[in-house]
Amino acid sequence: MAHIELNDVGLSYFTPKQETEALRDVNLSIGRGEFISIVGPSGCGKSTLLSLVSGMLAPTKGNVRIDGEAVSGPSRKVGYMLQHDHLFEWRNVLNNLLVGAEIRRMDRERAKRKALELLERYGLGGFASHGPGQLSGGMRQRVALIRTLVAEPDILLLDEPFSALDYQTRLKLSDEVYRIIKEQGKTAVLVTHDLSEAISMADRVMVMSKRPSTISAVHEIRFEEGEGLSPWQKRQASGYNGMFNAIWKELEEHVVSAV
Amino acid sequence: MSSPLYERYLRLQKRRQRLVLLSRLAVLVAFLGIWEFAARWGWIDPMLTSRPSLLASSFRELAFEGNLLRHTWITGWETLVGIVISMALGTGIAVGFWWSTFASKVLEPYVVVLNALPKVALGPIFYIWLGDRYSIYGMAVAISIIVTIIMVESGFREISKTKLKLMESFGATRGQMLRMVLLPASIPYFIATLKVNVGLTLVGVVMGEFLSSKAGLGYLIIYGGQVFQMTLVMVSIAMLALLSALLYGAVNVLELLARRRYHHEG
Repeated sequence: MAHIELNDVGLSYFTPKQETEALRDVNLSIGRGEFISIVGPSGCGKSTLLSLVSGMLAPTKGNVRIDGEAVSGPSRKVGYMLQHDHLFEWRNVLNNLLVGAEIRRMDRERAKRKALELLERYGLGGFASHGPGQLSGGMRQRVALIRTLVAEPDILLLDEPFSALDYQTRLKLSDEVYRIIKEQGKTAVLVTHDLSEAISMADRVMVMSKRPSTISAVHEIRFEEGEGLSPWQKRQASGYNGMFNAIWKELEEHVVSAV
Repeated sequence: MSSPLYERYLRLQKRRQRLVLLSRLAVLVAFLGIWEFAARWGWIDPMLTSRPSLLASSFRELAFEGNLLRHTWITGWETLVGIVISMALGTGIAVGFWWSTFASKVLEPYVVVLNALPKVALGPIFYIWLGDRYSIYGMAVAISIIVTIIMVESGFREISKTKLKLMESFGATRGQMLRMVLLPASIPYFIATLKVNVGLTLVGVVMGEFLSSKAGLGYLIIYGGQVFQMTLVMVSIAMLALLSALLYGAVNVLELLARRRYHHEG
Protein backbone atom coordinates (compact mmCIF):
# COMPACT_ATOMS: atom_id res chain seq x y z
CA MET A 1 0.00 0.00 0.00
CA ALA A 2 1.28 3.41 -0.91
CA HIS A 3 2.12 5.79 1.92
CA ILE A 4 0.59 8.85 0.26
CA GLU A 5 -1.97 8.46 -2.47
CA LEU A 6 -3.82 11.02 -4.59
CA ASN A 7 -6.63 9.61 -6.70
CA ASP A 8 -8.07 11.73 -9.52
CA VAL A 9 -7.69 14.82 -7.38
CA GLY A 10 -9.14 18.07 -8.67
CA LEU A 11 -9.36 21.42 -6.96
CA SER A 12 -11.18 24.60 -7.92
CA TYR A 13 -10.94 28.00 -6.28
CA PHE A 14 -13.84 30.38 -6.21
CA THR A 15 -13.63 34.14 -6.06
CA PRO A 16 -16.59 36.48 -6.67
CA LYS A 17 -15.15 37.22 -10.11
CA GLN A 18 -14.36 33.76 -11.35
CA GLU A 19 -13.85 30.10 -10.85
CA THR A 20 -10.30 28.85 -11.20
CA GLU A 21 -9.50 25.25 -11.79
CA ALA A 22 -6.12 24.83 -10.13
CA LEU A 23 -5.63 21.07 -10.28
CA ARG A 24 -7.15 18.45 -12.55
CA ASP A 25 -6.83 14.67 -12.46
CA VAL A 26 -3.77 14.50 -10.26
CA ASN A 27 -2.74 10.93 -9.56
CA LEU A 28 0.20 10.30 -7.35
CA SER A 29 1.54 7.50 -5.24
CA ILE A 30 4.46 7.90 -2.88
CA GLY A 31 6.10 5.06 -0.99
CA ARG A 32 7.32 5.13 2.61
CA GLY A 33 10.74 6.73 2.96
CA GLU A 34 10.67 8.16 -0.55
CA PHE A 35 11.83 11.69 -1.34
CA ILE A 36 9.76 13.42 -4.03
CA SER A 37 10.37 16.81 -5.61
CA ILE A 38 7.71 18.73 -7.45
CA VAL A 39 8.67 21.38 -9.98
CA GLY A 40 6.57 23.41 -12.36
CA PRO A 41 5.87 26.89 -13.68
CA SER A 42 5.03 29.44 -10.99
CA GLY A 43 1.39 29.52 -10.02
CA CYS A 44 0.80 25.95 -11.14
CA GLY A 45 -0.51 24.83 -7.79
CA LYS A 46 2.54 23.09 -6.35
CA SER A 47 1.90 24.50 -2.89
CA THR A 48 -1.79 23.73 -3.24
CA LEU A 49 -0.84 20.11 -3.71
CA LEU A 50 1.02 20.15 -0.40
CA SER A 51 -1.94 21.78 1.33
CA LEU A 52 -4.09 18.92 0.07
CA VAL A 53 -1.73 16.29 1.44
CA SER A 54 -1.53 18.09 4.79
CA GLY A 55 -5.31 18.20 5.05
CA MET A 56 -5.51 21.98 5.28
CA LEU A 57 -7.41 22.01 1.99
CA ALA A 58 -9.99 19.50 0.86
CA PRO A 59 -10.06 18.46 -2.80
CA THR A 60 -13.19 19.33 -4.77
CA LYS A 61 -12.81 16.05 -6.65
CA GLY A 62 -11.14 12.74 -5.91
CA ASN A 63 -9.45 11.89 -2.63
CA VAL A 64 -6.17 12.03 -0.75
CA ARG A 65 -5.14 9.05 1.34
CA ILE A 66 -2.36 8.55 3.84
CA ASP A 67 -1.72 4.89 4.72
CA GLY A 68 -5.00 4.09 3.03
CA GLU A 69 -7.03 6.44 5.18
CA ALA A 70 -8.78 9.41 3.59
CA VAL A 71 -7.37 12.73 4.83
CA SER A 72 -9.83 15.07 6.51
CA GLY A 73 -8.32 17.97 8.38
CA PRO A 74 -4.70 18.47 9.50
CA SER A 75 -3.13 15.08 10.06
CA ARG A 76 -0.74 14.16 12.84
CA LYS A 77 1.26 12.12 10.39
CA VAL A 78 2.23 15.23 8.45
CA GLY A 79 4.75 17.94 9.26
CA TYR A 80 5.00 21.16 7.27
CA MET A 81 8.10 23.23 6.63
CA LEU A 82 7.50 26.62 5.08
CA GLN A 83 9.61 29.11 3.17
CA HIS A 84 9.86 31.33 6.22
CA ASP A 85 10.86 29.71 9.49
CA HIS A 86 8.25 31.64 11.53
CA LEU A 87 10.03 31.10 14.79
CA PHE A 88 8.20 33.01 17.51
CA GLU A 89 10.36 35.85 18.81
CA TRP A 90 8.69 35.67 22.20
CA ARG A 91 9.88 32.11 22.77
CA ASN A 92 13.43 30.82 23.06
CA VAL A 93 14.66 28.10 20.72
CA LEU A 94 13.63 25.22 22.96
CA ASN A 95 10.12 26.57 23.50
CA ASN A 96 9.78 27.18 19.78
CA LEU A 97 10.60 23.53 19.22
CA LEU A 98 7.76 22.53 21.54
CA VAL A 99 5.08 24.51 19.67
CA GLY A 100 3.83 21.53 17.66
CA ALA A 101 3.93 19.20 20.63
CA GLU A 102 2.06 21.77 22.71
CA ILE A 103 -0.70 22.18 20.11
CA ARG A 104 -1.09 18.43 19.82
CA ARG A 105 -0.99 18.04 23.58
CA MET A 106 1.84 15.53 23.43
CA ASP A 107 3.82 14.53 26.50
CA ARG A 108 5.87 17.63 27.27
CA GLU A 109 8.80 15.94 28.99
CA ARG A 110 9.21 13.49 26.16
CA ALA A 111 8.97 16.24 23.53
CA LYS A 112 11.53 18.27 25.44
CA ARG A 113 13.95 15.36 25.60
CA LYS A 114 13.51 14.77 21.90
CA ALA A 115 13.98 18.47 21.09
CA LEU A 116 17.20 18.69 23.10
CA GLU A 117 18.52 15.48 21.58
CA LEU A 118 17.84 16.70 18.03
CA LEU A 119 19.39 20.10 18.77
CA GLU A 120 22.51 18.41 20.06
CA ARG A 121 22.65 16.01 17.16
CA TYR A 122 22.27 18.64 14.47
CA GLY A 123 24.82 21.09 15.77
CA LEU A 124 22.65 23.49 17.72
CA GLY A 125 23.37 22.05 21.16
CA GLY A 126 24.27 25.32 22.87
CA PHE A 127 21.35 27.31 21.56
CA ALA A 128 18.35 25.93 23.46
CA SER A 129 17.84 29.07 25.51
CA HIS A 130 18.83 31.57 22.83
CA GLY A 131 16.27 33.84 21.23
CA PRO A 132 15.54 33.24 17.54
CA GLY A 133 16.94 36.70 16.78
CA GLN A 134 20.39 35.48 17.79
CA LEU A 135 20.50 32.77 15.09
CA SER A 136 21.55 33.00 11.46
CA GLY A 137 19.08 32.32 8.65
CA GLY A 138 20.39 28.80 8.07
CA MET A 139 20.28 27.97 11.79
CA ARG A 140 16.73 29.28 12.04
CA GLN A 141 15.61 27.05 9.18
CA ARG A 142 17.27 24.06 10.85
CA VAL A 143 15.40 24.90 14.06
CA ALA A 144 12.19 25.05 12.00
CA LEU A 145 12.90 21.56 10.67
CA ILE A 146 13.57 20.23 14.17
CA ARG A 147 10.32 21.86 15.34
CA THR A 148 8.53 19.82 12.72
CA LEU A 149 10.38 16.64 13.73
CA VAL A 150 9.57 17.04 17.43
CA ALA A 151 5.89 16.61 16.56
CA GLU A 152 6.87 13.16 15.19
CA PRO A 153 5.37 13.17 11.69
CA ASP A 154 5.95 10.35 9.20
CA ILE A 155 5.71 12.70 6.26
CA LEU A 156 7.49 16.02 5.76
CA LEU A 157 6.10 18.57 3.34
CA LEU A 158 8.72 21.12 2.35
CA ASP A 159 7.34 24.23 0.68
CA GLU A 160 10.34 26.04 -0.82
CA PRO A 161 12.14 25.82 2.50
CA PHE A 162 15.41 27.26 1.21
CA SER A 163 14.26 30.02 -1.08
CA ALA A 164 14.66 32.79 1.48
CA LEU A 165 18.32 31.92 2.06
CA ASP A 166 21.45 33.04 0.26
CA TYR A 167 22.94 30.63 -2.27
CA GLN A 168 25.79 29.33 -0.15
CA THR A 169 23.62 28.67 2.90
CA ARG A 170 21.11 27.06 0.61
CA LEU A 171 23.53 24.49 -0.77
CA LYS A 172 24.86 23.64 2.66
CA LEU A 173 21.45 23.44 4.27
CA SER A 174 19.94 21.27 1.54
CA ASP A 175 22.72 18.76 2.26
CA GLU A 176 21.97 18.86 5.95
CA VAL A 177 18.22 18.71 5.63
CA TYR A 178 18.56 15.79 3.26
CA ARG A 179 20.76 13.93 5.71
CA ILE A 180 18.41 14.65 8.60
CA ILE A 181 15.34 13.48 6.70
CA LYS A 182 17.05 10.28 5.54
CA GLU A 183 18.46 9.59 8.98
CA GLN A 184 15.05 10.02 10.58
CA GLY A 185 13.52 7.79 7.91
CA LYS A 186 10.83 10.28 6.88
CA THR A 187 8.90 10.47 3.66
CA ALA A 188 9.38 13.88 2.08
CA VAL A 189 7.68 15.95 -0.58
CA LEU A 190 9.63 19.03 -1.65
CA VAL A 191 8.13 21.83 -3.68
CA THR A 192 10.69 24.10 -5.30
CA HIS A 193 11.25 26.29 -8.30
CA ASP A 194 14.95 25.47 -8.21
CA LEU A 195 15.41 22.55 -10.56
CA SER A 196 18.95 21.70 -9.40
CA GLU A 197 17.67 21.50 -5.84
CA ALA A 198 14.82 19.26 -6.94
CA ILE A 199 17.11 16.85 -8.79
CA SER A 200 19.84 16.74 -6.18
CA MET A 201 17.51 15.94 -3.29
CA ALA A 202 14.83 13.65 -4.65
CA ASP A 203 14.41 10.02 -5.67
CA ARG A 204 11.79 11.14 -8.17
CA VAL A 205 11.10 14.54 -9.72
CA MET A 206 7.56 15.30 -10.80
CA VAL A 207 6.89 18.01 -13.33
CA MET A 208 3.61 19.83 -13.19
CA SER A 209 1.97 21.52 -16.15
CA LYS A 210 0.42 24.96 -16.22
CA ARG A 211 -3.14 25.50 -14.92
CA PRO A 212 -5.29 23.48 -14.68
CA SER A 213 -2.26 21.54 -13.54
CA THR A 214 -1.62 17.92 -13.53
CA ILE A 215 1.51 15.86 -13.22
CA SER A 216 2.86 15.80 -16.74
CA ALA A 217 5.97 13.69 -16.20
CA VAL A 218 7.83 11.75 -13.54
CA HIS A 219 11.61 11.37 -13.67
CA GLU A 220 13.43 8.72 -11.73
CA ILE A 221 16.67 10.17 -10.42
CA ARG A 222 19.39 7.54 -10.53
CA PHE A 223 23.10 7.96 -10.95
CA GLU A 224 25.79 5.56 -12.05
CA GLU A 225 27.80 6.62 -9.02
CA GLY A 226 25.35 4.56 -6.94
CA GLU A 227 22.95 5.06 -4.06
CA GLY A 228 23.41 7.19 -0.98
CA LEU A 229 24.90 10.24 -2.62
CA SER A 230 24.40 13.55 -0.84
CA PRO A 231 22.78 16.39 -2.80
CA TRP A 232 26.19 17.96 -3.15
CA GLN A 233 27.66 14.76 -4.63
CA LYS A 234 24.69 14.37 -6.95
CA ARG A 235 25.34 17.80 -8.36
CA GLN A 236 28.82 16.55 -9.37
CA ALA A 237 27.57 13.21 -10.72
CA SER A 238 28.11 12.39 -14.39
CA GLY A 239 24.45 12.01 -15.32
CA TYR A 240 23.35 15.17 -13.55
CA ASN A 241 23.64 17.62 -16.42
CA GLY A 242 21.78 15.41 -18.84
CA MET A 243 18.95 15.03 -16.39
CA PHE A 244 18.86 18.73 -15.68
CA ASN A 245 18.65 19.57 -19.37
CA ALA A 246 15.91 17.04 -20.07
CA ILE A 247 13.65 18.33 -17.30
CA TRP A 248 14.55 21.93 -18.05
CA LYS A 249 13.41 21.50 -21.62
CA GLU A 250 10.13 20.07 -20.46
CA LEU A 251 9.56 22.92 -18.04
CA GLU A 252 10.41 25.41 -20.74
CA GLU A 253 7.60 24.07 -22.87
CA HIS A 254 5.11 24.64 -20.06
CA VAL A 255 6.34 28.13 -19.48
CA VAL A 256 6.19 29.01 -23.15
CA SER A 257 2.74 27.57 -23.58
CA ALA A 258 1.68 29.39 -20.41
CA VAL A 259 2.73 32.69 -21.94
CA MET B 1 41.38 50.51 22.88
CA SER B 2 39.22 53.09 21.18
CA SER B 3 40.84 55.53 18.79
CA PRO B 4 41.16 59.22 19.72
CA LEU B 5 38.79 60.05 16.87
CA TYR B 6 36.12 57.80 18.33
CA GLU B 7 36.62 59.32 21.77
CA ARG B 8 36.21 62.77 20.29
CA TYR B 9 33.00 61.62 18.63
CA LEU B 10 31.69 60.31 21.97
CA ARG B 11 32.60 63.55 23.75
CA LEU B 12 30.80 65.54 21.08
CA GLN B 13 27.71 63.36 21.38
CA LYS B 14 27.65 63.78 25.14
CA ARG B 15 28.09 67.52 24.87
CA ARG B 16 25.23 67.80 22.41
CA GLN B 17 23.00 65.77 24.69
CA ARG B 18 23.80 68.02 27.63
CA LEU B 19 23.10 71.08 25.52
CA VAL B 20 19.63 69.79 24.62
CA LEU B 21 18.86 69.07 28.27
CA LEU B 22 20.06 72.49 29.41
CA SER B 23 18.12 74.24 26.66
CA ARG B 24 14.95 72.43 27.66
CA LEU B 25 15.40 73.65 31.21
CA ALA B 26 16.18 77.14 29.97
CA VAL B 27 12.93 77.28 28.01
CA LEU B 28 10.94 76.44 31.14
CA VAL B 29 12.84 78.95 33.28
CA ALA B 30 12.50 81.68 30.66
CA PHE B 31 8.78 81.01 30.31
CA LEU B 32 8.19 81.15 34.06
CA GLY B 33 10.48 84.20 34.43
CA ILE B 34 8.78 86.24 31.72
CA TRP B 35 5.40 85.28 33.11
CA GLU B 36 6.38 86.28 36.65
CA PHE B 37 7.88 89.65 35.75
CA ALA B 38 5.28 90.52 33.16
CA ALA B 39 2.62 90.05 35.84
CA ARG B 40 4.64 91.93 38.48
CA TRP B 41 5.38 94.90 36.25
CA GLY B 42 1.79 95.11 35.08
CA TRP B 43 2.32 94.14 31.45
CA ILE B 44 -0.36 91.51 31.92
CA ASP B 45 -3.19 91.39 34.44
CA PRO B 46 -2.32 88.89 37.23
CA MET B 47 -6.04 88.54 37.94
CA LEU B 48 -6.36 86.82 34.57
CA THR B 49 -3.01 85.08 34.33
CA SER B 50 -1.92 84.59 37.93
CA ARG B 51 1.86 84.27 38.28
CA PRO B 52 4.38 81.52 39.08
CA SER B 53 5.31 82.68 42.58
CA LEU B 54 1.64 82.82 43.50
CA LEU B 55 1.18 79.37 42.02
CA ALA B 56 4.02 78.03 44.12
CA SER B 57 2.71 79.39 47.39
CA SER B 58 -0.82 78.36 46.53
CA PHE B 59 0.45 74.91 45.63
CA ARG B 60 2.07 74.62 49.05
CA GLU B 61 -1.12 75.72 50.69
CA LEU B 62 -3.36 73.47 48.65
CA ALA B 63 -1.09 70.50 48.99
CA PHE B 64 -0.67 70.68 52.76
CA GLU B 65 -3.91 72.18 53.93
CA GLY B 66 -6.25 71.77 51.04
CA ASN B 67 -7.05 68.61 49.15
CA LEU B 68 -4.94 68.99 46.05
CA LEU B 69 -3.24 65.65 46.45
CA ARG B 70 -6.53 63.92 47.15
CA HIS B 71 -8.04 65.41 43.99
CA THR B 72 -4.99 64.39 41.98
CA TRP B 73 -5.17 60.88 43.39
CA ILE B 74 -8.85 60.64 42.47
CA THR B 75 -8.25 61.72 38.88
CA GLY B 76 -5.25 59.38 38.63
CA TRP B 77 -7.23 56.44 39.96
CA GLU B 78 -10.16 57.11 37.66
CA THR B 79 -7.78 57.26 34.71
CA LEU B 80 -6.13 53.99 35.69
CA VAL B 81 -9.46 52.21 36.07
CA GLY B 82 -10.62 53.68 32.76
CA ILE B 83 -7.50 52.45 30.96
CA VAL B 84 -7.80 48.96 32.38
CA ILE B 85 -11.48 48.69 31.47
CA SER B 86 -11.09 49.98 27.92
CA MET B 87 -7.98 47.87 27.25
CA ALA B 88 -9.68 44.72 28.50
CA LEU B 89 -13.01 45.40 26.83
CA GLY B 90 -11.44 46.70 23.61
CA THR B 91 -9.10 43.71 23.32
CA GLY B 92 -12.01 41.40 24.01
CA ILE B 93 -14.07 42.95 21.24
CA ALA B 94 -11.11 42.92 18.82
CA VAL B 95 -10.64 39.21 19.58
CA GLY B 96 -14.34 38.70 18.90
CA PHE B 97 -13.99 40.43 15.54
CA TRP B 98 -11.01 38.24 14.68
CA TRP B 99 -12.88 35.13 15.76
CA SER B 100 -15.94 35.89 13.69
CA THR B 101 -15.29 37.55 10.36
CA PHE B 102 -19.05 37.73 9.97
CA ALA B 103 -19.50 39.79 13.14
CA SER B 104 -16.66 42.12 12.19
CA LYS B 105 -18.15 42.65 8.71
CA VAL B 106 -21.58 43.35 10.19
CA LEU B 107 -20.36 45.72 12.88
CA GLU B 108 -17.63 47.54 10.93
CA PRO B 109 -19.75 50.57 9.85
CA TYR B 110 -21.00 51.02 13.41
CA VAL B 111 -17.46 51.09 14.75
CA VAL B 112 -16.51 53.69 12.15
CA VAL B 113 -19.46 55.91 13.05
CA LEU B 114 -18.89 55.54 16.79
CA ASN B 115 -15.25 56.44 16.26
CA ALA B 116 -16.20 59.66 14.48
CA LEU B 117 -18.89 60.62 16.99
CA PRO B 118 -17.72 63.26 19.50
CA LYS B 119 -17.96 61.35 22.75
CA VAL B 120 -18.63 64.47 24.87
CA ALA B 121 -22.08 64.49 23.33
CA LEU B 122 -22.79 61.33 25.31
CA GLY B 123 -22.11 63.12 28.61
CA PRO B 124 -25.72 63.73 29.65
CA ILE B 125 -26.65 60.14 28.82
CA PHE B 126 -23.86 58.76 31.00
CA TYR B 127 -24.82 61.16 33.77
CA ILE B 128 -28.42 60.00 33.79
CA TRP B 129 -27.66 56.31 33.36
CA LEU B 130 -24.61 55.93 35.57
CA GLY B 131 -24.87 58.76 38.13
CA ASP B 132 -22.27 61.40 38.90
CA ARG B 133 -19.59 58.96 40.05
CA TYR B 134 -19.65 56.27 37.41
CA SER B 135 -20.41 58.54 34.49
CA ILE B 136 -16.74 59.56 34.63
CA TYR B 137 -15.70 55.98 33.88
CA GLY B 138 -18.33 55.89 31.17
CA MET B 139 -16.82 58.92 29.49
CA ALA B 140 -13.24 57.67 29.90
CA VAL B 141 -14.05 54.29 28.37
CA ALA B 142 -16.22 55.79 25.61
CA ILE B 143 -13.34 57.94 24.43
CA SER B 144 -10.63 55.28 24.46
CA ILE B 145 -12.35 51.99 23.67
CA ILE B 146 -12.99 52.47 19.96
CA VAL B 147 -9.38 53.41 19.31
CA THR B 148 -8.34 50.38 21.35
CA ILE B 149 -10.48 48.08 19.22
CA ILE B 150 -9.18 49.56 15.98
CA MET B 151 -5.52 49.51 17.01
CA VAL B 152 -5.54 46.01 18.48
CA GLU B 153 -7.43 44.71 15.46
CA SER B 154 -4.95 46.22 13.04
CA GLY B 155 -2.20 44.65 15.16
CA PHE B 156 -3.83 41.26 14.67
CA ARG B 157 -3.98 41.91 10.96
CA GLU B 158 -0.24 42.64 10.84
CA ILE B 159 0.54 39.13 12.03
CA SER B 160 1.51 37.17 8.98
CA LYS B 161 -1.01 34.73 7.60
CA THR B 162 1.68 32.11 7.16
CA LYS B 163 2.43 32.15 10.88
CA LEU B 164 -1.15 31.07 11.39
CA LYS B 165 -0.78 28.58 8.55
CA LEU B 166 2.08 27.02 10.45
CA MET B 167 -0.18 26.75 13.50
CA GLU B 168 -2.91 25.27 11.34
CA SER B 169 -0.54 22.67 9.93
CA PHE B 170 -0.09 21.39 13.48
CA GLY B 171 -3.87 21.26 13.78
CA ALA B 172 -4.15 24.24 16.14
CA THR B 173 -7.60 25.37 17.26
CA ARG B 174 -8.58 29.04 17.08
CA GLY B 175 -8.14 29.30 20.82
CA GLN B 176 -4.58 27.99 20.56
CA MET B 177 -3.80 30.42 17.74
CA LEU B 178 -5.07 33.24 19.91
CA ARG B 179 -3.13 32.21 22.99
CA MET B 180 0.10 31.11 21.33
CA VAL B 181 0.42 33.59 18.45
CA LEU B 182 -2.04 36.48 18.33
CA LEU B 183 -1.77 37.71 21.90
CA PRO B 184 2.01 37.39 22.38
CA ALA B 185 2.71 38.77 18.90
CA SER B 186 0.49 41.76 19.65
CA ILE B 187 2.37 42.92 22.71
CA PRO B 188 4.08 45.79 20.85
CA TYR B 189 0.65 46.86 19.61
CA PHE B 190 -0.79 46.67 23.11
CA ILE B 191 1.96 48.98 24.32
CA ALA B 192 1.36 51.42 21.46
CA THR B 193 -2.37 51.36 22.22
CA LEU B 194 -1.64 51.95 25.89
CA LYS B 195 0.42 55.02 25.01
CA VAL B 196 -2.45 56.51 23.04
CA ASN B 197 -4.93 55.49 25.73
CA VAL B 198 -3.12 57.25 28.56
CA GLY B 199 -3.80 60.57 26.86
CA LEU B 200 -7.30 59.75 25.65
CA THR B 201 -8.51 58.29 28.93
CA LEU B 202 -7.24 61.32 30.81
CA VAL B 203 -9.21 63.52 28.42
CA GLY B 204 -12.29 61.42 29.09
CA VAL B 205 -11.86 61.54 32.86
CA VAL B 206 -11.36 65.30 32.97
CA MET B 207 -14.30 65.79 30.66
CA GLY B 208 -16.40 63.56 32.88
CA GLU B 209 -15.31 65.55 35.90
CA PHE B 210 -16.17 68.81 34.14
CA LEU B 211 -19.67 67.55 33.55
CA SER B 212 -20.63 65.93 36.78
CA SER B 213 -18.17 65.25 39.55
CA LYS B 214 -17.58 66.59 43.04
CA ALA B 215 -13.89 65.74 43.14
CA GLY B 216 -10.83 65.40 40.95
CA LEU B 217 -8.65 67.86 39.06
CA GLY B 218 -11.31 68.47 36.44
CA TYR B 219 -13.68 69.49 39.20
CA LEU B 220 -11.05 71.81 40.71
CA ILE B 221 -10.46 73.48 37.36
CA ILE B 222 -14.16 74.09 36.76
CA TYR B 223 -14.63 75.26 40.34
CA GLY B 224 -11.61 77.58 40.13
CA GLY B 225 -12.99 79.06 36.93
CA GLN B 226 -16.39 79.66 38.44
CA VAL B 227 -15.02 81.52 41.47
CA PHE B 228 -12.46 83.32 39.30
CA GLN B 229 -9.45 81.82 41.07
CA MET B 230 -6.97 81.55 38.22
CA THR B 231 -4.27 80.36 40.61
CA LEU B 232 -6.33 77.32 41.52
CA VAL B 233 -7.02 76.63 37.84
CA MET B 234 -3.36 76.86 36.91
CA VAL B 235 -2.14 74.74 39.81
CA SER B 236 -4.66 72.06 38.85
CA ILE B 237 -3.53 72.18 35.23
CA ALA B 238 0.09 71.84 36.33
CA MET B 239 -0.85 68.79 38.40
CA LEU B 240 -2.66 67.36 35.41
CA ALA B 241 0.46 67.77 33.29
CA LEU B 242 2.49 66.05 36.00
CA LEU B 243 -0.01 63.22 36.21
CA SER B 244 0.02 62.58 32.46
CA ALA B 245 3.83 62.64 32.44
CA LEU B 246 3.80 60.10 35.28
CA LEU B 247 1.38 57.78 33.49
CA TYR B 248 3.31 58.06 30.26
CA GLY B 249 6.51 57.22 32.11
CA ALA B 250 4.84 54.17 33.63
CA VAL B 251 3.88 52.91 30.17
CA ASN B 252 7.46 53.40 29.01
CA VAL B 253 8.73 51.30 31.90
CA LEU B 254 6.16 48.64 31.00
CA GLU B 255 7.39 48.71 27.42
CA LEU B 256 10.96 48.19 28.53
CA LEU B 257 9.97 45.23 30.68
CA ALA B 258 7.90 43.69 27.89
CA ARG B 259 10.71 44.10 25.41
CA ARG B 260 13.16 42.42 27.72
CA ARG B 261 10.76 39.59 28.46
CA TYR B 262 9.65 38.92 24.89
CA HIS B 263 12.82 39.75 22.93
CA HIS B 264 10.91 41.95 20.53
CA GLU B 265 13.37 43.84 18.43
CA GLY B 266 13.15 47.43 17.37
